[in-house]
Amino acid sequence: MTVTNLTTNLMASRLDPAAAFYDRTVPANSPWSELLEQGQALRIVDLEGQQAVDTLFYSARDHGERYSSQDTVAAQGSPYITTGSRLLSNEGNVLATVIADTVGNHDTSAGACSVESNTVRFGHHTRYMHACRENFVLETARWGMTKRDIVPNINFFMNVPIRPNGDLAILDGLEGRGNYVEVRAEMDILCVISNCPQVNNPCNGFNPTPVRVLIWDAATVAAVAATPGD
Amino acid sequence: MTHDPVALRRRYEELKAKAQEAGAFEARLAAAPGNPETLDESLVILRETIPAGWYWRAAIRRGQALRLANPEGSPGVSAQIWALADPSERFNAADTVKLQWTSRIAKGRVLFSDMGRVLASITDDTGGFNDCIVGPSRRATALPTPGAPSTDGPFRNSRDNFLLAASKFGLGRRDLHPAITFFAGAGVDPDGRLTWDPAGSAPGARLDLRFEMDVLVALSNCPHPLAPAGQPAKPVAVTLWQAPPPAADDLCRTGSEEAVRGFENTDPLYS
Repeated sequence: MTVTNLTTNLMASRLDPAAAFYDRTVPANSPWSELLEQGQALRIVDLEGQQAVDTLFYSARDHGERYSSQDTVAAQGSPYITTGSRLLSNEGNVLATVIADTVGNHDTSAGACSVESNTVRFGHHTRYMHACRENFVLETARWGMTKRDIVPNINFFMNVPIRPNGDLAILDGLEGRGNYVEVRAEMDILCVISNCPQVNNPCNGFNPTPVRVLIWDAATVAAVAATPGD
Repeated sequence: MTHDPVALRRRYEELKAKAQEAGAFEARLAAAPGNPETLDESLVILRETIPAGWYWRAAIRRGQALRLANPEGSPGVSAQIWALADPSERFNAADTVKLQWTSRIAKGRVLFSDMGRVLASITDDTGGFNDCIVGPSRRATALPTPGAPSTDGPFRNSRDNFLLAASKFGLGRRDLHPAITFFAGAGVDPDGRLTWDPAGSAPGARLDLRFEMDVLVALSNCPHPLAPAGQPAKPVAVTLWQAPPPAADDLCRTGSEEAVRGFENTDPLYS
């Protein structure tokens, strides 16, 4: 497949991890969520490589306004997420912008795994295996939401090319430690993550691993953005 | 839980090879019968015409089918589907493409809910182009509807149509979800660019959806966001009809092992 800037617009971040006010590790298989104020930046680091991170965004003030994969794809004219992608809500507003990315080709068409969809995809014997939508239900419940509020998400670090004949499949995640993606909040948002537990497809290299999340305050993000690069 | 990465990878590769074997599904498709072009009147439950830019909604029972006819080439009819018994179960565009290993959701394929069940089967589709990736229009992407009454204001777009249709089922914004758009030739080129094939909304196509669960359905007849500006919405004819019981070799029920498992999750609800 031809790699172009449309799908793989790689950009290193100039934000210093030491300047982040928030720095946590999300254990393998686990959910996470946090509020981001407008202007703050969130980095998700694939610590050990080949780890999909299923991610949803909601307006912090109105959870009825949330990430819309189809509106995001339609607006940018491509189904893949990379640096420069504007992540749109169901109201057509920009929730967040991808400002750095060392991987490219992040999927937003294939959704999150669930115990029910696993039975169809991999067989009924996989029903009792933990899945991303279980993580999403548990984590969004902390913010007063239910399954109704869970919509198809972004799969950071998951590569699902859609071929011209329509074929799609999950390819192996990119190997290598420390790849990351970074988003800047364009309004006050809630970010919800499922550190994907799936072991029936190659999205996690059949071995789910921890990821690291860092958040920088808006002033730091703005100051770095205003500083000329090398 | 311990697992064997080598065995799991082998299983995944086997499933993928079976699902994407070149020409295999197409051969079954070519051998599958279509539905009659003219429906027996005794089977027809109701007929309706959705004007350009408008929506239509109905509660539909398992075993009934919806025929969409597109005589003038309306560029896209978008749909939202909810389970009647519990509308938090609804059509899931992502699961539908992922579980069937293809974004080409046309005749012989099924529409999955988020609960691993089959909401509907596409038992016939003379056009063959339906979109689960790009989605329907909203206000900012809506094309003007020539001839629309001025009282329609900005409301003739699929997102607002769905909100209006959902409200009449007692549902709201939180129940809206990525949609499927029939008669829409949206695709992706090898560089990752979205493409539009005008053949998807050629005049004269028809599509039959046989429902496999009791559902609530909302349809919106507004141009797909990728449709060229010169291609406005046109009236679309809807016929609700009683489908015959599926044959033992029904393509939608047997076309892939994923579909078989989807029906294994669905049929016990009605047995």
